[in-house]
Amino acid sequence: MPQNYVPIFIFLLIAFLIGAGTVLVASLIRPNNPDKVKLMPYECGIDPVDSARKRYTVRFYIVAILFVVFDVETVFLFPWAVQFKLLGLFGFVEMMVFLGILIVGYIWIWKKGALEWI
Amino acid sequence: MLETVLFLIFAAICVGGAINLLAQKHPISSALSLIVVMGSLAMVYLLLGAEFVAAVQIIIYAGAIMVLFVFVIMLLNAGEEERSATGSRVAMVLGVPGLLAAAVTTGWVLTRHGPASTPVVLGEFHGSAHAIGRLLFHEFLLPFEVTSVLILVAIMGAVVLARRGE
Amino acid sequence: MPMNAGTFILVAVVKIVIAVFVLLTACAYTVWLERKVVGHIQNRWGPTRVGPFGLLQPLADGLKFILKEDLTPPYVNRTIYILAPMLALTMALTSIALIPVGPVIHAFGISTPIQITGVVNSATGRGADINIGLLIILGITSLGVYGIALAGWSSNSKYSLLGALRASAQMVSYEIALGLSLVGVLILSGTFSLHAIVEMQQGTWFGFIPKWNIFRGQIFAFFIYLMAAFAETNRVPFDLPEAESELVAGYHTEYSAMKFAMFFVAEYANMITVACLASILFLGGWSGPVFGPAILQALLPVFWFALRIVFFMFVYIWVRGTLPRFRYDQLMGFGWKFLFPLALANILITALVVAWRA
Repeated sequence: MPQNYVPIFIFLLIAFLIGAGTVLVASLIRPNNPDKVKLMPYECGIDPVDSARKRYTVRFYIVAILFVVFDVETVFLFPWAVQFKLLGLFGFVEMMVFLGILIVGYIWIWKKGALEWI
Repeated sequence: MLETVLFLIFAAICVGGAINLLAQKHPISSALSLIVVMGSLAMVYLLLGAEFVAAVQIIIYAGAIMVLFVFVIMLLNAGEEERSATGSRVAMVLGVPGLLAAAVTTGWVLTRHGPASTPVVLGEFHGSAHAIGRLLFHEFLLPFEVTSVLILVAIMGAVVLARRGE
Repeated sequence: MPMNAGTFILVAVVKIVIAVFVLLTACAYTVWLERKVVGHIQNRWGPTRVGPFGLLQPLADGLKFILKEDLTPPYVNRTIYILAPMLALTMALTSIALIPVGPVIHAFGISTPIQITGVVNSATGRGADINIGLLIILGITSLGVYGIALAGWSSNSKYSLLGALRASAQMVSYEIALGLSLVGVLILSGTFSLHAIVEMQQGTWFGFIPKWNIFRGQIFAFFIYLMAAFAETNRVPFDLPEAESELVAGYHTEYSAMKFAMFFVAEYANMITVACLASILFLGGWSGPVFGPAILQALLPVFWFALRIVFFMFVYIWVRGTLPRFRYDQLMGFGWKFLFPLALANILITALVVAWRA
C-alpha cells in the first residue's frame, strides 16, 4: 500500500531539485555587481522610513484563528460525506446537530462584528 | 522492506526536526522545524496505513495550526531569543538528572513491557476514511457531537480575547 | 500483469519527468496566452516580435530570468529568503502528481494510468489511484501558504510583509469555502479517489446530457469552487496581495531574476492545478467522445482533458482583462459572509436530496 505514495516523494524531490538547480545554474552565469542603492529595501525611490518589522493589526490573527476552527469543521465533514450514502437520514440528522451548534457560533461572531474588516 | 526504509527515513527527519526546533534561536525557524515534524509524522501515519489521519495531520496541523503560529510570529514581530548564561547553567544542573531519569524510565518500561506487546506491522492496518467515518458516526457519536461544543467555545474564546482591547 | 518494484519506480520517474516538462511548458505558454489575450482585449497586439505570433516569447523570458542579476538585499533573513520561492514552487508543482489526466494506456508491454500516483488494479484491469488523492491535494495546497508568508516576512520590506499578510489571510479564508464546496461532490461520489470520481461521471442521460457533477445539482458548488480558486491563486479580481497601485508587487517585491520567476511559475502551476481539479470534480475529467484507431483512442481523453484546462485558463485571463480589483474588506466579506453560508446551504440541500432518494 505505501508504495503507491512513493511517486509523490520522488516528485517532491525532483520538484525541489528543479528549483534549487535553476537558482544554482543562474548564479554561475549571471552578472553580479550590487551597489548600495540597488540593495535598499524598495520604497519607491525615497530612503526607507523606519523598520518593516512592526506590529500589525489583530484582524489577521482573528482571520487565522477562525480559519483553524472552521477547517476542523470541514475535516469532520469529509468522512461524513464519503460515508453519507450508507449513513442515510440518520447521518443527516447527526450532521445537522453538529453543524447547528457551529452555525450558532457563526451567527454569534457575525453579530459580534468579528467578520467586519475595517 | 520498503516500509522499514521509509519509516527510518521519516522517523529520522521527524527527530531531526524536533531537535532543530529546540536548537534554533529564532521563533520562525522553530516554527518551520515544527512544520517539518508535523509533515514527517503524517508520513509515519501513512506508513501505518492510517491514510485519513495522515491527510488530516497535514491539513490541520501543518496547514492550519502552524499557519496560525507563523501569523502570530509575523504579527508580533517576535525577535531572536535571548539566552542568558545563568539560564543555561540552571538547565545544565536540572537537565542532566532529568534526562537520566527519563532514560532510565524509558529503559525500564521497554525491558518490562517491550517484548510482551505485539509489534505493529507497517502497512497492515487499514485506517481509511470510510473506516473512520463508520467509527465516528456510529460508535463515537456522542464525542463527535460534543466536539462541536468544544469548537464553539474555541470560536467564542478567540473572538472575545482578540477584541477585548477595542 | 503485476509490476516489480524496479519497473514501478522506472515508470514513475518517466511519468514524473514528462509531467514536469509538460507542466512547465504549459505555465510558460499560459503566460504567452495571457499577454496575447489581454493585449487583444485592450486593443493591442501582445507579443509579436520573438518568433511567429510571439510564440518564442516564453523562451526569451526564461533566458532573461536566468541571465539577470539576482539581488539579495542585506537586510533579509537569508536562509528563509532563499528557501521561500523554492518551497512555493515545490508545493505548486507537486499537486499535479495526484491529478489523473486520462484512463489506462498500454505501451511497451506495460499498462499504466496517465497519472503519476496511478496503478492498474490487477483484478479488474482498470485504473486506480490512492484512496485519499483529493485530501492530499488539499494538504499540499495548504502548505503552499508558507512559501508566500515566509517570502514576505524574510524580505524585511513593508510592501512585502503587507502583501504576504494579505495573501495568506486571503488564502486561508477561501480555503474554507473551497473545502466546503467539495463536500457536495464527495456526497455524490462517496470516495476521495480522483480516478474513481471521474469514472463515475462517464456516460450521458438521454444520449446528450453528460453525467457531470455540475449537471447533478452541483452547479452552485462549482461556482463557489471557482470563486475560491481565483482567490487561492491570488488572481484578478482577488489579486489584493500584489495590488501594484498600493503594494508595488506584494510579497515578491524584493525578489529578482530566477527567484522571482519561481513565484511566477508557482502561481501559474497553481492555476493549472485548480483548473485540473475543477474539470475532474465538476466537468467529468477526461470524458468525451472516443473513436478511431487505437492510438487515437488512447490520446483523445487526454485531449478532452487538456481542452477543459485551456478553457479554464481562458476564463482566468478573460476575467483579468475585464474585472476591476476588489477592496480588501469586500474580499473578506465575500468569502466569510457569502461563500461560506452558500457552501453550507449547498451541502445541506445535496445531503437532503441524496437521503430522500435513498
